[in-house]
Amino acid sequence: MPASPQAAIEVQALVKRFPGIVAVDRLTFDVRPGEIFGLVGPDGAGKTTTLRMLAGVMPPDEGTARVAGLDVARDPEGVKHQISYMPQRFGLYEDLTVEENIRFYADLFGVRRREREERAARLLAASGMSEFRDRLAGKLSGGMKQKLGLTCALVHTPRVILLDEPTTGVDPVSRRDFWRILYSLIAEGVTILTSTAYLDEAERCHRVALMHNGRLLMCDTPALLKARLPAEAVVSIVTADPRAARDAVEQAEGVLGLRLAGDQVRLGVDDGPRRIPQLRTRLETAGVPVEEIGMVQPTLEDLFVATVEGRVSAGA
Amino acid sequence: MSNGNDNSVVVEKLVKRFGDFTAVDGISLETRKGEIFGFLGPNGAGKSTTIRMLCGLLKPTAGRAMVAGFDVAREPERVRQNIGYMSQKFSLYNDLRVIENLRLFAGLYSVPLAVTDARIEWALEMASLADRRTAITAELAGGWKQRLALGCAVLHRPPVLFLDEPTSGVDPISRRAFWDLIHHMAEEGVTVFVTTHYMEEAEYCNRLALIYRGRMVALGTPNELKQRHMKGELLFIEAEPLGPALEAVESAPDVLDAAVFGNALHVVVEDAAAMQARLRAYLEARNVRVSAVEPIRPSLEDVFVSLTTGFNGNGKGKAT
Repeated sequence: MPASPQAAIEVQALVKRFPGIVAVDRLTFDVRPGEIFGLVGPDGAGKTTTLRMLAGVMPPDEGTARVAGLDVARDPEGVKHQISYMPQRFGLYEDLTVEENIRFYADLFGVRRREREERAARLLAASGMSEFRDRLAGKLSGGMKQKLGLTCALVHTPRVILLDEPTTGVDPVSRRDFWRILYSLIAEGVTILTSTAYLDEAERCHRVALMHNGRLLMCDTPALLKARLPAEAVVSIVTADPRAARDAVEQAEGVLGLRLAGDQVRLGVDDGPRRIPQLRTRLETAGVPVEEIGMVQPTLEDLFVATVEGRVSAGA
Repeated sequence: MSNGNDNSVVVEKLVKRFGDFTAVDGISLETRKGEIFGFLGPNGAGKSTTIRMLCGLLKPTAGRAMVAGFDVAREPERVRQNIGYMSQKFSLYNDLRVIENLRLFAGLYSVPLAVTDARIEWALEMASLADRRTAITAELAGGWKQRLALGCAVLHRPPVLFLDEPTSGVDPISRRAFWDLIHHMAEEGVTVFVTTHYMEEAEYCNRLALIYRGRMVALGTPNELKQRHMKGELLFIEAEPLGPALEAVESAPDVLDAAVFGNALHVVVEDAAAMQARLRAYLEARNVRVSAVEPIRPSLEDVFVSLTTGFNGNGKGKAT
């Protein structure tokens, strides 16, 4: 689908090298206008480096990237005017109030005074921070700091927003508020590229690019990615004694992988409907109390592990 | 109060006040030897204050806690000698070699000289870093630093271990390997306390306590929390266009909360079975095309949000 040149991001065989390491290794993907796109991967996958290149603050070594129709290597300053970039270490002034921080960033971005007040009021209301206008930024909780950071980054109405792990370390309630803001921005026609190491957060994006060691593993909607776990089914055994359950089933036929997770044992099996009765028998014979046993939806984590372990082929 | 089995943690009506602010308001719990116990809660809820008391770093205002058989108020130094602590920002020295970090921590934890070498070997084996002992710590990839930090935290073989978001940002394979290690230690009787915001880590815990506003508002296995502590039931709704769908759902009667999730909505209602057809009809009457409405299991995050926000009845959860 051809991307509208004004709002999309196009990355083509992008490369960035540092001494001894290829941080971004021939990365290729597109972000469609109005989409929330996730760059997903563990620390060291190349997410921050990619975002820096797209924000025009770090030149690529090879390949091309266009943001809002502009080439990041040829016109980085042009790119910076079209976008908002919120890096991980975001610069809030701890001894200024919420309101003063917003005013500072509005001035920095050259936002006209009247627009700025109206916009700030809307953003603060959307993030539930209106009553904290006069609170010193240094006194805000982690989650609120992130929301303020986002508010400051958005004060000049960019068309494209680049966020680097904006919710790392933030509690789930603040995270939901944060995502509510992102979804409302999409409704206004903004395009968002966000990076995350939280696989459960990746599920909230419209499409994701899974990255590992600088490379793209795969790129699609979360649902379609998970559908790539083929013959393998994921079975969960909920039990009061997960270790005994593990001992009872780890050698069973058809079990491809197993891990303990809290109050359950999660198994990758070759054929769920066929193996579940067999597993149940094994558990009964071993006297293991089973609360539930059944197939469960695979998560992006199951997919990631299966891909890195070679049980699912990578490829966009 | 139980008999204070050496490997367990027993907390009874623990309270901490700072001036007239009550940070921890009467928390009680007991952990079994070898249990992996998770502490969840928003920042400012009293989680870190509770952990600090359990680590013997802060004196309680009232109540009691016994960690590894020692009273945190009366013998905090004995408590500290019997626990290990690994934080997310671990205190490894990046320019030291692996083995140098281990020797440093052995010294810091006063591991007896006679057993230091053996313990270091044990830690290296456990972390699978035996053949990388001379590597510079900064050069270890993420998952390996975690394992080294864990090794450093347990050189004195503590019966209780505190982990603070230990695998956030670590790739899923290394994370699983790390948790296999933790399970192994738990199997040998070490009690492990985990604090995290990372729901994927919370799922690794045998039991979880949810701390909110200084109180424990839920306690149970992940499954128990999802089944018994979720206020309401969860519906998955795939509909287009999504924006108007969300607005419509939020204004629908008997909807407790709604959030967009990728290309769909997660909607909290009292009775999923009753609401399924009603919501579909409600949306369709407002020109929203509905492709799916199904009850789904709440995730830990759904439970967390439902317990820590007061649904104000307008379909929007708001932190209270």
